[in-house]
Amino acid sequence: QRSPPPPAPTQGSPCGSASAKDSVEWEGRSLLKALVKKSALRGEQVHVLGCEVSEEEFREGFDSNINSRLVYHDLFRDPLSWSKPGKALPGGPLEALRALDKRTVSGPATIALDSLSWLLHHLPCPTLCQTLHALSRQDSCPGDTPPGEQVRVLGLLHEELHGPGPLGALSSLAQTEVTLSGMMGQASAQILCRRPRQRPTHQTQWFSILPDFSLELQAEPPLESQPRSDPHTPSVDPTTHLTFNLHLSKKEREAKDSLTLPFQFSSEKQQALLRPGLGQATSHIFYEPDAYDDLDQEDPDDDLDV
Amino acid sequence: MSVQGKLTLLCDAKTDGSFLVHHFLSFYLKANCKVCLVALIQSFSHYNIVGQKLGVSLTAARERGQLVVLEGLKSGVDVFFRPREEPHPLQFLREANAGDLQPLYAFVRDALQPVDSGEAAWRCPVLLVDDLSVLLSLGVGPVAVLDFVHYCRATVCQEWKGNVVCLVHDSGDTEDEESDVLLNGLSHQSHLILRAEGLATGFCKDVHGQLRILWRRPLQPTTHRDRSLTYQYKIQDKSVSFFAKGMSPAVL
Repeated sequence: QRSPPPPAPTQGSPCGSASAKDSVEWEGRSLLKALVKKSALRGEQVHVLGCEVSEEEFREGFDSNINSRLVYHDLFRDPLSWSKPGKALPGGPLEALRALDKRTVSGPATIALDSLSWLLHHLPCPTLCQTLHALSRQDSCPGDTPPGEQVRVLGLLHEELHGPGPLGALSSLAQTEVTLSGMMGQASAQILCRRPRQRPTHQTQWFSILPDFSLELQAEPPLESQPRSDPHTPSVDPTTHLTFNLHLSKKEREAKDSLTLPFQFSSEKQQALLRPGLGQATSHIFYEPDAYDDLDQEDPDDDLDV
Repeated sequence: MSVQGKLTLLCDAKTDGSFLVHHFLSFYLKANCKVCLVALIQSFSHYNIVGQKLGVSLTAARERGQLVVLEGLKSGVDVFFRPREEPHPLQFLREANAGDLQPLYAFVRDALQPVDSGEAAWRCPVLLVDDLSVLLSLGVGPVAVLDFVHYCRATVCQEWKGNVVCLVHDSGDTEDEESDVLLNGLSHQSHLILRAEGLATGFCKDVHGQLRILWRRPLQPTTHRDRSLTYQYKIQDKSVSFFAKGMSPAVL
């Protein structure tokens, strides 16, 4: 059974911007694609500003229904106008970003920025922040914009690539921040939601993304199970091919178990030591005194007052 | 070859990962690919000597047009003796402000451009860079290096369905922000990351290090556990032997 969906940016909030922060270990593009798919299935048009992957790669995994609603603005092939003849979008990255604002088709739309990190590396941070703010400006006055015109902005951000300053600036722009991490192979999202005139809410949601980029939410974190053996590597028995014998035969095992160790002090041993009984070999000392030996019959301990 | 259009990142930490570069160089030459080697660290003869141990002759490959080498150590000096107007792949050495690596990208593009001629066509083009970290030391910014790799990926991987293999060093030094940005930025761009690490316990005669293999950007989203493997290795004269952790024949 599925848990009720969280108040993620795609549900509940009429408009707004969200940033998904990922890392090398827990990549975020799959989540971005899953959210793009959700928007497309709702009938919205999705504009993707693609800086990091090719259009072919981004569209991979989506069926034709979703791909027909997806407009890919290609900043991957020639973002800096190095190619001759130029295949670049006119005006470079900044103009491409601003052009998203002037989309011709009306209706609710989602803008996905893949990625904010690339934009942050190539545009001055204040310029980027101002442009992003203008893109999602419907945030500040939801009453003015009719619901049909509202725009949702999703940005993918690679956490390790930026210092705290730019990261902080971009977080302050986003209404919802999703930070990706995980445990034991299961991905999780820490969701921080900021709504006007409300306290920020914090939530952790475990999820997985299916091969067709559907988002499946999990109710509980993964159980602390024993580490399962990896199906790809056959388990190797380290006791094969040894030059010494690690195994015991039945007789050897019996002999080993019945052996009393020399310094193991059992009650039988104690009795045997205190009372040498019949049949116990007693030891004799044979002493041949030399001519010069001084045999003193006195007990040297006599003068001890014990 | 099943693997095409991919960026493989070679990374080393506390050890020398150049054996991976030699491996990929001989592997792709034997696989009949057109190879462009941007050799910024060693001289051509060094790669040639190691290549011969691995069974390829770089000199022969270069003569038959299969291999194009940019020998950084030699041509770096040429930059200063040529007229300024002539573009040179290592032009940034001459600039006061390192700028971007567009001339280097242009060199790679011209070297690997598929040519429609009567001669035997090589299999997919391959770019090998040894290594990218030295560019930081030469004054190029990390974003400029990332842009260079981005363009190589767009042209060699995406357009020509070839492969790109780059070596980068993990300094492990938390003070070196540029190196971290470069390493993390490249990791995000890569499909496959091979990370050679020294053993945590220090140098060992029989186990030279550990190799972590991480598949990023898989075609289908899979669980994290399926995406990484770790092996230990020992470098020998003509090969490298790999074994599971703790299973070196020397310690069993």
